[in-house]
Formats: sequence, structure tokens, C-alpha cells
Amino acid sequence: MSDIKKIKDDYINKLNTENNIDKVNNIKSELFGKNGIVSNEFKKLGSVSVEERKKLASVLNNIKDELQNKISIKIQEIETKEINLNLEKEKIDVTLPERDFEIGKIHPVSQVIDEISSIFSEIGFSVEEGPDVENEYNNFTALNTPDNHPARDMHDTFYLDNNKELLLRTHTSPVQVRTMLKGKPPFKIIAPGRTYRSDSDQTHAPMFHQVEGLHIDKNIHMGHLKGCLNYFIKEFFEVDKIKMRFRPSHFPFTEPSAEVDIGYEIKNGKIVIGEGDKWLEILGCGMVHPSVLKNVKVNPSKYQGYAFGIGIDRLGMLKYGINDLRAFFETDYRWLSHFGFDPLDVPSNYRGLSR
Amino acid sequence: MKFTVDWLKNHLDTKFNNNQIIDKLTNIGLEVESFESSASETDSFIVAKIINAKTHPNADRLKLCDVDIGSDKTIEVVCGAPNAKNGLLTVYAPPGSIIPKNQMKLSVSKIRGVTSYGMLCSESELLLSNESDGIIELKNNKYANKIGEKYFKNTSEKVIDLSITPNRPDCLGVRGIARDLSAAGAGKLKINKKSNLKYIGNQNINVTIKKEKVQGCTTFGSCLIKGVTNKESPKWLKDKIKSLGQKPISAIVDITNYVMFDLNRPLHAYDADKIDNEIIVRSSSKGESFEALDNKKYILENDMCVISDRSGVLGLGGIIGGTRSGTEYSTKNILLESAYFLPRSIRKTSKQLNIDTDAKFRFERGIDPLSIQEGLIKASELIKQICGGEISNLDIKKIENHKKTIINFDPFLFEKTTGFNVENKELIKILEKLGFDVSKNKKILKLVVPSWRPDITQSIDIVEEIVRIKGYEHINTSEPIKTRLKPTLNYYQKLFHFLQRSVASKGYLETVTWSFTDSKINQLFKENDKEIPIVNPISSDLNVLRNSIFPNLLFYLKKNLDRGFKDISLFEIGPAFKGKNPGDQLTVIGALRAGKVSRLSWNDKERIVDTFDVKKDVIQSLCEAGINKDDIIIDDRTPSYYHPGKSGAVYQNKNEKNAIAYFGEIHPNIIKKLDIKTEGLVIFEICLDYIRVSKQKIKDSKSEYKFSDFQKSERDFAFIINKNFKSQELVNMIKSVDNKLIKSVRVFDVFEGENIPEGKKSIAVHVTIQSEEKTLNENDLDNINKLIISSVESKSGAKIRS
Repeated sequence: MSDIKKIKDDYINKLNTENNIDKVNNIKSELFGKNGIVSNEFKKLGSVSVEERKKLASVLNNIKDELQNKISIKIQEIETKEINLNLEKEKIDVTLPERDFEIGKIHPVSQVIDEISSIFSEIGFSVEEGPDVENEYNNFTALNTPDNHPARDMHDTFYLDNNKELLLRTHTSPVQVRTMLKGKPPFKIIAPGRTYRSDSDQTHAPMFHQVEGLHIDKNIHMGHLKGCLNYFIKEFFEVDKIKMRFRPSHFPFTEPSAEVDIGYEIKNGKIVIGEGDKWLEILGCGMVHPSVLKNVKVNPSKYQGYAFGIGIDRLGMLKYGINDLRAFFETDYRWLSHFGFDPLDVPSNYRGLSR
Repeated sequence: MKFTVDWLKNHLDTKFNNNQIIDKLTNIGLEVESFESSASETDSFIVAKIINAKTHPNADRLKLCDVDIGSDKTIEVVCGAPNAKNGLLTVYAPPGSIIPKNQMKLSVSKIRGVTSYGMLCSESELLLSNESDGIIELKNNKYANKIGEKYFKNTSEKVIDLSITPNRPDCLGVRGIARDLSAAGAGKLKINKKSNLKYIGNQNINVTIKKEKVQGCTTFGSCLIKGVTNKESPKWLKDKIKSLGQKPISAIVDITNYVMFDLNRPLHAYDADKIDNEIIVRSSSKGESFEALDNKKYILENDMCVISDRSGVLGLGGIIGGTRSGTEYSTKNILLESAYFLPRSIRKTSKQLNIDTDAKFRFERGIDPLSIQEGLIKASELIKQICGGEISNLDIKKIENHKKTIINFDPFLFEKTTGFNVENKELIKILEKLGFDVSKNKKILKLVVPSWRPDITQSIDIVEEIVRIKGYEHINTSEPIKTRLKPTLNYYQKLFHFLQRSVASKGYLETVTWSFTDSKINQLFKENDKEIPIVNPISSDLNVLRNSIFPNLLFYLKKNLDRGFKDISLFEIGPAFKGKNPGDQLTVIGALRAGKVSRLSWNDKERIVDTFDVKKDVIQSLCEAGINKDDIIIDDRTPSYYHPGKSGAVYQNKNEKNAIAYFGEIHPNIIKKLDIKTEGLVIFEICLDYIRVSKQKIKDSKSEYKFSDFQKSERDFAFIINKNFKSQELVNMIKSVDNKLIKSVRVFDVFEGENIPEGKKSIAVHVTIQSEEKTLNENDLDNINKLIISSVESKSGAKIRS
């Protein structure tokens, strides 16, 4: 009995100083293997009296637990040490570059269209679209601009045939015509899209973008037009206050017509929208002309409303400080990377129009 | 429309200062483009400083001066003046300037082998004195800070430039503008003085307006002025003409122009002695011709309104006169014309002949038909005053009487349209000041429209007049009405939005390019589509509508490669045109990737972009937009601009007629033709219109959630199979062995060459098998394995690799 206690103490001492995992494992089998010292002691239990056995077994079990405990602690100790040792060796230079990734971008025109759609969505407008190629009726005649009208000269038109029947739409207003012809009032739409004029210089591109707005119902008057545009401009430029001026003007398809200016000033070489005493023309609008309503089979004595047309590219230029309109369409990789928007930046009301 | 404030005050009694007038004009819809002094010939002379004067290499008497003219760089000027020395402040004239002394226009010239950009001026050259010995010496204390500024002060009166909308011909004359201002409370319109002209004799040149099928002239008024002395205009008249930005010509021409801009009443003066017997106003016949005052010869079509005499055409009525009957300094007798031409006729003729004149601009928009006499009288008076002569009785021939426009206006329409109310009293006052004749019939106002307002024909025009004069600032700002009639976007608009952002999120930069392109590039991509030429393109390399997005995308790819970019990913979403009728267009995404993946990576092997890069991008984007990947079928028939062996078509499912997408390499011949130099180039396109989206909302279309917890087994197979056999078919073949048990089949190796017979390849697949009802035992699995092998072998002629 005292033997086994001594053996135990010896092994505990041994284990205390041992640092090699293999040797610890050897000790484990020396003690608990098939013919291990402790195992053998247990075997001997069979040959002692019942009373003795109880006592002995309890002692043996205690010794076994103590040794096993010691061994497992030791193994953990050594393993942890080894891992810690390896950690040092495994250290890498995390300042080396990550694997390549490319960041795609959304073109400013697309982003601004989405911003505009988001704003008008909030006040119940839906988005309509129309074809880029139009017939002259939808683009001009239905819009109260007959062939002999000098107002046609305001639009330098691209034609697709010599009879001037087919053309590239000079504005998004023909979408108004299409929408009203195929439906019944009330109408509440915006129509963004490409528009074309055969005009090309520093500030004009032969293709540009417009958004048309149309709200026709029973009692829509110029006050609503003012309210709608005031709301839009404020939301779009993300300012609390906006200085806005309605100026009488003339478009054949609206009457009364107005051009809208917003106030701005130049601060540190940058345009600041909403303040200052300078005026910037940003859109044209008016009450839809009764003749247009008649042309699209809407009764002007029952229904009335407003329409407006805004240059999308120009709005984008103002909001994001882009100076050159032509650059929008030149596909310069540097420009696209610089002015483009992250594809996850989807303009929305709850997350904010822009980041 | 240009005029000076002084000129305006000839018609308007006003206490408004210039700024108030400018503001008022803008507020009533007469947009002020600018208010500044008209450009003067002396504007170009600027204060300059000689920085360095050295001797001319080829001429001892000349000097070569570096001159500071206030810009970034100095200018080199050759100068012969003895006093040209370092530091001298003087006056510099750039090329293009006109030297006052000899009226010569400067050009860049070589003087003894050295180029001189402009010149330094002497006092005599600038007509300041007779001093011609040397260049001007400016005083340091006065001019040292003014280098680069104009030397001469521009003393001309400031000119208001209005942009008049096409509906307002009446404001193409100063009087009309004054009338509008007076209506808006900016002053009082002056009453025209009664004329006390004495008329002597009759206008004895017979005038006939011929009856024609299409007669563009309804009234022709004229008078003869005999015994005039044509000459230079007096200063006041010259100044008026100059303020319009025009050149004075002679008193008679200047007077007719002056009256045109003053009253918006175009006139024409003929040299009466050059008229062959009589005046006939008629329609032209095709082939007639005449030489116009712009010194061009015009050959006429049928039915153009001409003024002629017995010898032929004198001029185009209301558009331009002819040289044959033009007035000169020697002219003694004048026939003065004041007529009314129909806008439609003027517009048609001037468009056909491509002529634009001030008269045409006015007649086209509509002249006051009742201003004929007033014009004749005002011009005759001035001619008599300046050139002398005696005036005949006025002769007015007309074939039609002016009809008054009458509008019965219900004032309620005003409030209904504008949202605010104006008292009837004020409303009537505004209309009367604008020249309307107003009478009341209960609630309705009976309005006689003034003859100078052809634009006003119906009640809504009256609303505009009142609100414009009253001021748009009176319109209230109502809260936006938020009622929604239908969802903001429809299914296809949402798809557009999803795909656009989904492709961008794969690392592509979105671009927007013209809808037109170069036919030479377009024809490489147009397949069976018809070319759609633009009749009047902006340039010959943008002469057709694009049949595909790629012509532009590749054009700009090349530009970016030239800029030094190597790895480029670009896409555009927009229209591709299939025909020239409205709606013959598809909404397409075109995308390209060029260059390498993992270029110069320290830990990844770099490689050239390939078909499977874009295949991933296109399939992933489609899946993100809601297309079920399991339904997608890939085919190898692609448009001819793709590499025939390295491109694929994507079908949404096997029954579809149109591919929804294509991907792959561009045909090498095209790359060569376009001379695109890049290591690798792959493209894809998605046609949004061919995608069929489920009309079900997600909330209605989510299927029941099912899964199996039983153990899954994985088995690998390798088949030797014909080289052209498509892996997609093999995969489908295996799946169809047992659609329930076989959960997935993945190709993980394809191999040709060593140990594989010629014309064959090895395809290895990894198959996942799992039951939803039980754990499969070895026996079940063996059966499936055998079934897979036997059915693949029998259907495809493949052999399992042992």
C-alpha cells in the first residue's frame, strides 16, 4: 500500500518537471496501460477480502484520479505552450495588400434619376417612359407646336427621314401625350429619359436627359405647381430653405408658363444653392394648355393641371459640382471613377437621398 | 431684341431707375439676357508693359519686345519705335484689332523673319494726337496697376438685350415693350404725336396684289417720296442703329430699320426710278431668280410671295429686298413699302431658301396688320426731316380686311387656374393698359384683342396676361398633394434598376454614351438589323442610331486604353435600336472587361480575363435580379461579332425563343479592324425586354420551406466522352437519373491530352445524393451509382474512367 503511494509521489514529481508531450504520454501508458502500474494494482483487488477491497479500492481510485488529473493538466500545459510558440513563427505581414477587388460605379445621371424618382415617389408620382424615336405629332403637333410655329426653331431636331415625320425626341414631353392617350385622368407621372437636339458646344450636348412631370386632376392649379417644385428642389438639394423665383415665359404646350430660377451664391469658388442674390434658371413649367388636353382626349373644362421639364444633367452638375456637361458622355475612366456613385448607394427616403 | 433705356423713354414716362426696369421686364416675362455697353472696336486696346526690349536679330532699327499684357505669358512684339525700352508702360493692340488711323485690321505677321503678335501703338495711330515718332508712354503712377485692362473707356450707352419668346412679336419693337411695362405699373405709355405731314400728289406707281391660289400678302401700303438726298445718318440715328449691334448704312436704310425696331413695323424702301412701271405682288413660279441685298442669288420655287415689276422679281415680300431696286446715295425718288405678309407664307419661304432677316423674324411671328399707315407716316416724316423730298398720298391696297378677335372671358377661370383671386377692377385695368377693349356683360368680360397680339385667341391666354402682369409672386405655394395613383415603378423598371446596380456591384463602371454612333463601327455589330441613318447628324462619325451598345463601348474602351488604363470594366444600360419607328428599341446592358485579373499580385497568379469571368458576372447578375439559376440554359449560338468558339447565349428556360443574354470573347477580326490593343477582351450583354419576370410579388411566390436532415452522400465520377459533348448535357443527364435523390451535380475537372484518346475529353463530376425520407444504405447508393453510369454511357456514348 505504501508502495503505491510512493510510486504516485514519484510520478507526480516526474510529471512536474516533464515538458515533453511524448514522455508524458509514455508515463500515461506506464501507469494506465494494459499492464500499467495502476491498472495492475486494480487487478490485484480481486484477491483481497471484501472489507480490505473497499478500503483499498477507495485509496487506489483517489491515486488514479490524482494522477490522471495531473497528466491531463500537463498535456494541456505543454500544448498551449507549443501553440504559443508557433504563433510567433506564424506571424505574417498584414500590411501586405489584400486580394484585388474592383469598385463599380453608377453614373451620375443614373444616380440623379434615382434621386429624382425617389423624391417624387414620396408625393405619389409614378414613373413613365417613352421611346427615344418619336413621330412629329407626339413631339410637336400634339403639344400645340404646329409645323408653322416659330417655337419649333427653339428645338434643333434630329430627323430620321426626309419628310421630318420621324425624329429623336427633343424633350420628354411626348411621354405626356402617350400617357394621357392611353389612360384616363387623373394622371400623376414623371418621365425621365434621354432627349436629343442637334446642338453641340461647351454647354450643349447633342444628347442630354430630362425629366418630365405631369399632374392632371380636377382642381390642380398653379399653387400646387409651386408647392410641388418647391418641395422637389428643397429635397433634391438637401437644404432646408430654398430661394425660388417663378418667371413668366412661353412654351406652346403650357399656359400660363413659367421658368423657375433658384438663388445661389459663389462661396470659395463653389456654387452654394439656396442662398445669395444670383439667379440660376433650372426648369420650365406651366399649366397644361387646353389645346394639348383636347389633343389627348382629356376634357379641359373638367380636368386641368401642371407639367414641368427639368434638365437632369444640369441638376447633377449643380448638386455635385461638375463643371463640364460634355464630360458626362465621354467615358473617361478617371471621370467615371471620380464622379460615379457606389452601387449600394440607392437613394431612398428612409436612408437618405445621398450619403 | 436690343434697345437702350433712352430709346425706351421715348415711349414711356417712368420714374423707375435702370435696375427697377430690368427687374420689371424679367417679372413680366420679357427675360433680360444682358444689360451692358455694346462692344466697341476700341475695346481690344489694352495697357501693357515692356518687360524686355532687345534688338531684332535681322534689323538694327527694330526691337523685339517681351510684353506683359496681363495674362500668364508675355507676348512677343516687333516694334520700330525708338522709345521702346524695358519697363515702359504703353498701349498694345492684339491681332484682330482695327487701327483707328488707317482702319487696318492687324494680323499675326512675320517682320524680318520674326513673328510679331500684334503691335504697340503710337498716339497718332490711335488718333489721340499727331505724335507718331514713338509709341505712347503711359504714366507709371496712373497705369502701373492697370496692365491688361482696356485703355479706352467704353462710353456707349448700356444696351438691354431681351430674349423675346416666339409668342410676343409685339415686343420686337420698343413701343410694345413700353406698353407692357406701363401695364405693369412701371410708367405711362406716351401718346403718339399727331402727324402734320403734308402729302403732295398721288402715289403713281400702280400696285396690284394678284389673286393667287396661295397669296402670302394681304395688304400693301406705299407712298412715293420724291427729290430726296440720301446721305449718312445723323449721329442720334447712327447711335440707335449701333446700339442694336448693327452697322449704319445710309439715312434711308437706317430710318426703315429704326422704325422696324421702334414700332415693330418692317418697311422696305425701293429706288423708285429702278422700278419697271408697276408693282405686282404675286406668287413666284419655279425657276425665277433674283439677287438679294445679302448679295446672294436665290432661285425660287412655286408659290413664294414676291414683289415684282414688269421685268421680274424685285424681292421676297417681308423677307429680303433685291439689289436691282435697292437705294443708294444717289437715289432721288423712293417708293416706301409697308405691307402685311402671312406668317405661314413667310416661314415656309424662308425655310426653303434658308434666309433669316429681321423682317422675316417679325412677319413670321405676326406683325400688327393695322400698323401699315403708322409705319409709313413715321418713316416718311423722318426721311423728310433728314433727306428732304416731298411725300405722296398713301396708297393702301388690300385683299382682306383685318378681323377682330373677341374673347368672352369668365374671370373665374383666372382663380381656377392660378389659385388666387384678383378683383375685377384691377383685372380690367391691366387688360385695358395692354390695349384690350373691355366691356362687361354680367359676369362675363367681352374682350376685343388688340391687333398687335396675334398670340391671344382664347380665355387661357387672358389668364396668362393677367397673372404675368400681376406678378407670379402672388401665386401661393400649396402643400404637395401626396395621393398615390399607382406604384412608382413597374416590373420592368424595377428590373432595370436591379440589373444596373447588380452589374455595377461586380466592379463595372457605368457609362452613358450617345444613342448614335459611327456607321462604320455599327455595321460590325448590327447583325440583321437595318441601319438607321440620321438625316442631319451632328458629325459624320455619329451618323446612325446604334443597333448595339458595343460600337460606342469599344470606341471608348480604346480611348481609355490610350490613356494608359489596362484593366477596364465598363457597362452601359440603355437603348439599342432595331428599326426607325417609335418603339423599335430594346433596353440592353452592354458590358466589357479588358486586361488581366490579379495583375501584379504578390500572392495570386495573374491571368487574362476570360469568358468564364463574364459568364459569372452575367449569371450572377441575372440571379440577383430574380431569375432562377436552375432554369437557365446555355447555348453556343451567338451573334457574329462574338468569337464563334468562345461565346455563349443564355436562355431563361428551354422554351424561350430569344436569348436573354450573351457572353464571351469578341470576334478576333473585329478587334483587329478596330485596332484595339489589349491583353484580353470579353463582353456580355443582357436584353431586359426578353427577360420574363414573375408578375407575382415575393410575398406570394415564396415556396414552402423544405429540407432533409438525413445523411447525404457524395460520389465522384469521371467519364471519357466526345470532345464536343457539352458539360451542361452531362449534368442534366445525371440529374434526370433521379431528380429527387440527386441534389447537385458539379463539374470539377475537365481534361484533355495525355492518356485520353484523340477527340475525347475527361469530365469529372461530384454528385451529392440525399433522400428526404431515410438514410440511404450502401445498397441504395450502389444502385444509384450503377444507374448513373449506365444511363450516361448509354445516352452519351461516354465511358466511365476506371
